[in-house]
Amino acid sequence: MSASLTIDAMLTTSGDAAVPAMPAPEAPVEVIPLTAEQIAAAAEREAQTQLAVRRRRDRLAGLVQSVVPGLVGILIFLLLWQGLTHVATQIPGPVKVWDSAVKLFSDPFYRKGPNDQGIGWNILASLQRVGLGFGLAALVGIPAGFMIGRFEYLNRMTSPIISLLRPVSPLAWLPIGLMVFKAANPAAIWVIFICSIWPMIINTATGVQRIPQDYLNVARVLNLSEWKVFTKILFPAVLPYMLTGVKLSIGVAWLVIVAAEMLTGGVGIGFWLWDEWNNLVVEHIIIAIFTIGIVGLLLEQALIWIAKRFQFD
Amino acid sequence: MANPFHLVVDNVDKRFNTKQGEFIAIRDINLRVQRGEFTALIGHSGCGKSTLLNLIAGLDVATNGVLVCAGREISGPGPDRGVVFQNHSLLPWLTCFDNVYLAVERVFSATEKKPQLIARTEAALKMVGLTHATHKHPNEISGGMKQRVGIARALSIEPAVLLLDEPFGALDALTRAHLQDELMRIVADTKSTVVMVTHDVDEAVLLSDKIVMMTNGPSATIGEILDVKLARPRDRLELAEDTDYHYYRKAVVEFLYSKQKKAA
Ligand SMILES: Nc1ncnc2c1ncn2[C@@H]1O[C@H](COP(=O)(O)OP(=O)(O)OP(=O)(O)O)[C@@H](O)[C@H]1O
Ligand SMILES: [Mg+2]
Repeated sequence: MSASLTIDAMLTTSGDAAVPAMPAPEAPVEVIPLTAEQIAAAAEREAQTQLAVRRRRDRLAGLVQSVVPGLVGILIFLLLWQGLTHVATQIPGPVKVWDSAVKLFSDPFYRKGPNDQGIGWNILASLQRVGLGFGLAALVGIPAGFMIGRFEYLNRMTSPIISLLRPVSPLAWLPIGLMVFKAANPAAIWVIFICSIWPMIINTATGVQRIPQDYLNVARVLNLSEWKVFTKILFPAVLPYMLTGVKLSIGVAWLVIVAAEMLTGGVGIGFWLWDEWNNLVVEHIIIAIFTIGIVGLLLEQALIWIAKRFQFD
Repeated sequence: MANPFHLVVDNVDKRFNTKQGEFIAIRDINLRVQRGEFTALIGHSGCGKSTLLNLIAGLDVATNGVLVCAGREISGPGPDRGVVFQNHSLLPWLTCFDNVYLAVERVFSATEKKPQLIARTEAALKMVGLTHATHKHPNEISGGMKQRVGIARALSIEPAVLLLDEPFGALDALTRAHLQDELMRIVADTKSTVVMVTHDVDEAVLLSDKIVMMTNGPSATIGEILDVKLARPRDRLELAEDTDYHYYRKAVVEFLYSKQKKAA
């Protein structure tokens, strides 16, 4: 296999590269006679460095093993893409797209009228809509989730409606938004709000329902006030679930904003993508796709990072 | 009301409504506990020890009968009864200090200022020998240490009765012995009234003034009550050669394994 060959090659080269000046263990370091302690100390030192080297090499090997397959995958992907351009000639190759991207991202924040703005502005506009819709959804969805989780009656009351509305594509709500707000921007925010709210409600409610009875018993034997129960027990216990909901929401929101912006127009990465399609600049469409992917990935990673900080046990 | 008994359980029944109909867990429970007395509840698994303890804690309501603690009828959980649960039940997002402080604050914040509350919390942790782990989270300490924090939390509120549900059940034998000794010392220092559920005969005899032996469920009740009149302080090494100790031990073992033999 060529892939494993590459890995092995890289492993040895990188391992050696990390310790270029290390003498071989058998090689005598000095010729002057040494006392027993000195020899022992030297041996100890030697063992220590050996250990450190081995550790470093292990770490490097681990890194190489985790990174290399990804790089290989990307390489294959690029090759396939390049191959595809020979068959479907209207698709630009990776090099052409890269050049175009460099040009585009060298001046991301220009403004030449409402429909011609730098890609940076477009990304920021989309992020702002997502942030607003998503923030409003959190503001409503998380308290609603707490209530639904805490009160069984409310749960029974709301569950048919939620189950019915949840599978509906958020874009189906766009006309209602346009009708009510009579403007594209709030309508797009509204769509984000709708699509983000379900995961937040459902995950928060599940979290509340899954609080271990032990924790609630602690609250009961101490007769804690509702406020203390909420701040010291409910909220921290539900937080991981809530963050899962938030993570799911942001993923969906970022998926949906692109589609919503294609329909509403204005400034935004989705609209920009559609605009470039109208202009038939295919490189830019591909750049938009990658940009959307990368921003989505960053959003999710950020939330995973936050969620990790609130993980207990 | 001059009731000489600190804790009174009078003709208590507990039935559960299950899918198969009514299930009588315990019935006709009569128990008197004096102030400063250490009572052990022992019996086979599923006989209703936890059920009885939960009734005393007020976490559950008796179907029949009355429970009285320190002259007041038990109608719900309250900080006059400190509970140590079988599985420590510490809140994982709070440090050991904060876990105890939560309880201290609840009970004493009306009458005391913050420095006093902090002092109480620190004293409770010191009592169980965990001063060094004050600012650690539960997931950073061992099982035995967690159980000690649980005991510190229960005792920090100066309860009229301390209720323990198999507090050392999940621990290894060495840690358990260590914590038993520690519990004996703490109870002697604080003169606490204790009701403890256990299924360990040695633990029951070593710690208790009174061993309440329960018959097998369903519809379990108190089979025998054994007064353990061993002098305190007790030392497990000395007791190992004590004839009285062996007499008590044998009585409990006999009850459990011949009179209430578990149909396996
Ligand atoms: N909420 C409940 N609903 C129905 N039955 C219950 C309930 N709680 C306990 N029981 C039943 O009551 C009986 C006594 O349970 P309990 O937990 O008090 O036993 P235990 O003596 O504490 O046992 P163990 O030593 O295993 O902890 C059991 O048969 C149990 O199935
Ligand atoms: Mg039990």
